[in-house]
Formats: sequence, C-alpha cells, structure tokens
Amino acid sequence: MIGYLIRRTLVMVPVLLGVIFLIMVTITLIPGDPAALMLGEGATAEMVAKLRHSLDLDQPLAVRYVRYVSRVLQGDLGRSIREGRRVNEEIADVWPATAQLGLTALVIAVAVGVTVGVLSARWPYSLFDNAVRIFSLFGLSMPIFWTGIVLIVVFSLVLNWFPAGGRGTWAHLILPAITLATPTIAMLARMTRSTMLEVLREDYVRTARAKGVANRGVLTRHALRNALIPVVTVLGLQTGQLLGGAVLTETVFAWPGIGRMLVRAIFARDYVLLQGGVLVLAVTFVVINLLVDLSYAYLDPRISYR
Amino acid sequence: MTRRDATVGEEIGQAPTTAYLSTGAAMWRRFRRNRLALAGLLVVALLACAAIFAPALAPADPARQSLEDKRMPPGPKYLLGADEFGRDIASRLIYGSRIALMVGLVSVLIALVLGTTLGTVAGYAGGAVDEVLMRALDVLLAFPYLLLAIAIVSAMGPGLPNTILAVGIWATPGFARVIRGSVLAIKEQEYVQAARAVGAGTGRIVVRHVLPNCISILIVYSALYMASAILLEAALSFLGLGVQPPTPSWGLMVSTGRDFITIAPHIATLPGLAIALTVLGFNLLGDGLRDALDPKMKL
Repeated sequence: MIGYLIRRTLVMVPVLLGVIFLIMVTITLIPGDPAALMLGEGATAEMVAKLRHSLDLDQPLAVRYVRYVSRVLQGDLGRSIREGRRVNEEIADVWPATAQLGLTALVIAVAVGVTVGVLSARWPYSLFDNAVRIFSLFGLSMPIFWTGIVLIVVFSLVLNWFPAGGRGTWAHLILPAITLATPTIAMLARMTRSTMLEVLREDYVRTARAKGVANRGVLTRHALRNALIPVVTVLGLQTGQLLGGAVLTETVFAWPGIGRMLVRAIFARDYVLLQGGVLVLAVTFVVINLLVDLSYAYLDPRISYR
Repeated sequence: MTRRDATVGEEIGQAPTTAYLSTGAAMWRRFRRNRLALAGLLVVALLACAAIFAPALAPADPARQSLEDKRMPPGPKYLLGADEFGRDIASRLIYGSRIALMVGLVSVLIALVLGTTLGTVAGYAGGAVDEVLMRALDVLLAFPYLLLAIAIVSAMGPGLPNTILAVGIWATPGFARVIRGSVLAIKEQEYVQAARAVGAGTGRIVVRHVLPNCISILIVYSALYMASAILLEAALSFLGLGVQPPTPSWGLMVSTGRDFITIAPHIATLPGLAIALTVLGFNLLGDGLRDALDPKMKL
C-alpha cells in the first residue's frame, strides 16, 4: 500500500512537469510581446525591456522552464503582472470559495445521484425510473451556465427565494452548488442505476435473498457496495468536470473563486496568474484521482496494491 | 437472421460483403426499435436541415437590427422575440446551428484524425513508443475539463478557427485512448496473425485489418464527442473566449443576454435551450448507435 502510494506519486511528477511545460509553451504562443501588451501603448522601449527581463522573457524557453519549475518546487508561483501581488496570495484568497462551492456540489451530487440511481434500479421502468432517466439525459446535455441562468430567473427573480449572485450566507451557496452539481447528479444517477441493475442479477444477491435478508439490506449491504466501484471511478473523472464547471458557475453567479480569477487573468493578459491558477487546478485534479484509486481498496477488499 | 443472410451471400459468392451488410441491417433493426435513439436522429436531422437551409428557413436577416423592437418578447412580430439590438432571435438561432454544427464536425474530425493516428501508432508499435505517447496524452488529460481549451484559446486568441482547433485538441486524447485499446485487442486476433503469416506488411495490416474493425467504436465515439464539442464551444463563447460577435453563436447569445435577464429573460434562456436540445440529440444518437452496434461496448 505504502509502496503503491509512493509509485503513484512518482508517476505524477512527469505528468505535472509536462503540464507546466504545456502551459508555458501555450503562453509562449501568444502573438506579440506579452511585456509590450501589458504596458500598453505609452511604454518606452526601456520599460518594455526591463519588464521582459524581470519576467525572464528575454531568456530561452528551456531556461525559463527550469527557473519556473524550481520556483514552483519552493512553493513560489511568482508575482501577478497586473497587481504585483504574489500569485500564492491571490490563489489563497480565492481558493476557499472554490473549495466550498466544489465540495458542496460534490456532496449534493453524490447524495442525490446515488440515492436516485438506487431507487431507480429498485423499481426499474416505473414512473419514477422513467422520470429519472429523462432527467439524467437532459442533465448531461444542459450547458451548465444556462442551468445557472434558468435557476436565477426562476428562484431569484420570480420567486425571490435565493440571491442571484455573490458569496456570503448559505443562501448564496444553494443555487451555484445545485448548478455545478447537475451534470454530476445526472451522470451518477445513470451509472448507479445501470451497475445496480447488473449487480442485482448476481448469484450472491439471490443467495442473500434466499437466506432471508430483507430487501433494504440486500440493496445497501450486498448490491450497493459492489455497484459503487464503477461509480467511484466515474466520480474521479467527474471532478475534472466540477473544476472546469466551476469556471462557468462562478462567472454566472459572481462567485469570487479561482474560476473567476482565471477568466480575469485571461482578459488582463496576466499570464503569470493564469499559469499559477491552471497549475493549481491541474494538481488538484491529479491528486483527487489518486485518492479515488486509493479508495478502491476500501470498497473492494479483493483489490490489493502491489 | 444473420445465418440466413450469410447463406444467401454464399450463393452469390460474396460472403464477406453480405456478412457486413447483414450486420448493417441487423444494426439498423436494433437502432429502429430504440425510440430514444430515433428521437436523437430526428433532432440531429432537423438541426442539419436548419444549418443547410438557414437562408430559406430564417424569417429575417439574423444581422438586421431594429432598435425600436429591442428586447421585444416572443409574439406575432418576432416568433421567439428580439434581442438587445432588436435582431430576430429565431433567425439567429437557425443561423447559430451552422456555427454549432461546424465547430462540432470540424473539431471532431481533427480529433478523429489525430487521435486515430496516435492511438494506432501507440497500440500497434507498443514498447517505448506507446509509453511516450500515452504519457504525453496523460499530460493533456491532467487538465480538468474546459481548462485545456481555455489555455489554448487564451494563447492563440479567440475566434472561430482557434475555437475549432482548441476543441479538436481537447478531444484528441479521448479518441487516442479508445483506439489504442481496440488496436491492442485486435492485433492479437488470429486474422491479423494470419495476414502477417502470409506476408502482409505493417501498413497493409493496419489499414486493411485493424482500422476497419475500429470503425464502429469510432462512429459511436464521434457522435458522443459531437455533443461534448458543441457544449465546449458554447462554454468558450459564453466566457467570451470563443466565437466573437456579431456571429450568431448560441453560447455567445446566452452570454450577451445575461445582462438583460431581469427585464427580458428570453434573450439568454432560448439559445441555451437550443444548445441543450442539440446536445441531447447527439447524446441520444450516440447511445443508440452504441447499443445497436455493440451492446457490450464500454463507453
């Protein structure tokens, strides 16, 4: 187990080095001189040269790459170009908001998605099941920013139950969290339903029934535990969806998180900030998928890590 | 059913072709019985018609502004209302189907070509080539959804061609992985070994024996990726990073309409509905094709 953990962590290193490399190459592709673009038209050649030097832009890509990676390893993401603040501080400011939104959405998605999927499989082709299947199909197809706008129109503007944007009380959290959770709820409901239907046909489920285990016990203790493995895999992949969806959800609800920071950085052409933000999200995604892989051992003792 | 078709084929001496046709017929029979799949096909067909015949179908010029009609709600003059410049929303939605379909088709084509090439090379060559290619794709997959496309578009600048390219690059690793998986399975098949035994070269084996057997998975994957590609274009355009005004892109229409949701919610909500229905259509079509082509396919 410890050995597996170390090996998996080591595999992450080249992937993350690649991620940094790719971000830097993409940013190098920006047409024109980032330094000149940042300073605007009134800048003298001397000012541009100075900024280029301070950003390492006068160095070849390989040198810049090595310098950036060694700084990142020391926990320093550089200084944002526009405001001159440390990117670490900028991210530390917005990170809690995104984490709160993402985790709430995740909890809602798992609670609703898995429950609904189990109930659907319990009564397949019932009215409830059909409704769930139609909702899941639609939930996977709705653009997340549109879901948010429709929720705002209905629950903020017409019913006036929740605020339309911003962060503060728990009421501010409800609509964005539901918006962000919608595609994941749909995905989990679909996945749970189909794996539950498969598992419920297994011999051990029949055996459990035959020896007199109550229906509820069969569903939760025997079937669900086995059905959860593919569901957890999907959940790991869905975190990518959640992190990307956060960019859109935060934009729609003016939620002061890392997604809005990224959009701001793009329009301000603040590539140091952009680089740091994308890197932090990519690391989060990779780490969550590692945790997902580790959770298999808990769900299925037959899986061992060697 | 398949057996009888095969016998007919043997009589006219075209067993392989007929066997293929009978699979096609059986597939269509399975597809036809799936009502949801037919609904998906219908949506996609309607969308294609809207895109092809846009000038004939649109009630008005999608670019014509009429400031006195601005933000007019749906009614007799404008079926689906007018936007913030008094442009006919119905016409803009019809013309927007061209953008959605074009981005979807071209970007999926890019991903299909790049992904199939990379996946085939990785799966067939194996060893170090496979290892390097797959690790490189892992880097692309380490970007959470949307962020890779955002990074590409923010570097190259917004606009239709760059949006298509970004969506295409985003979709490539998915295709490459799926193809690599099938190639790994297919290259161990007896007919591939037989072809090698009679002296067929690598190129011939790949083109004649390996790739044709990947076609059904490629069709299903393309349909499902069309749905994702259209969603991604809408998201990029919504953020202002994709297609630029005044091009009628649905995502962009939602974005500009957002400023008026308190007074004219139809401007933002109707284009979003168009996106949702289109994506639903491609999802249903993809699911239906998967069930019809190979119910055991894991996607």
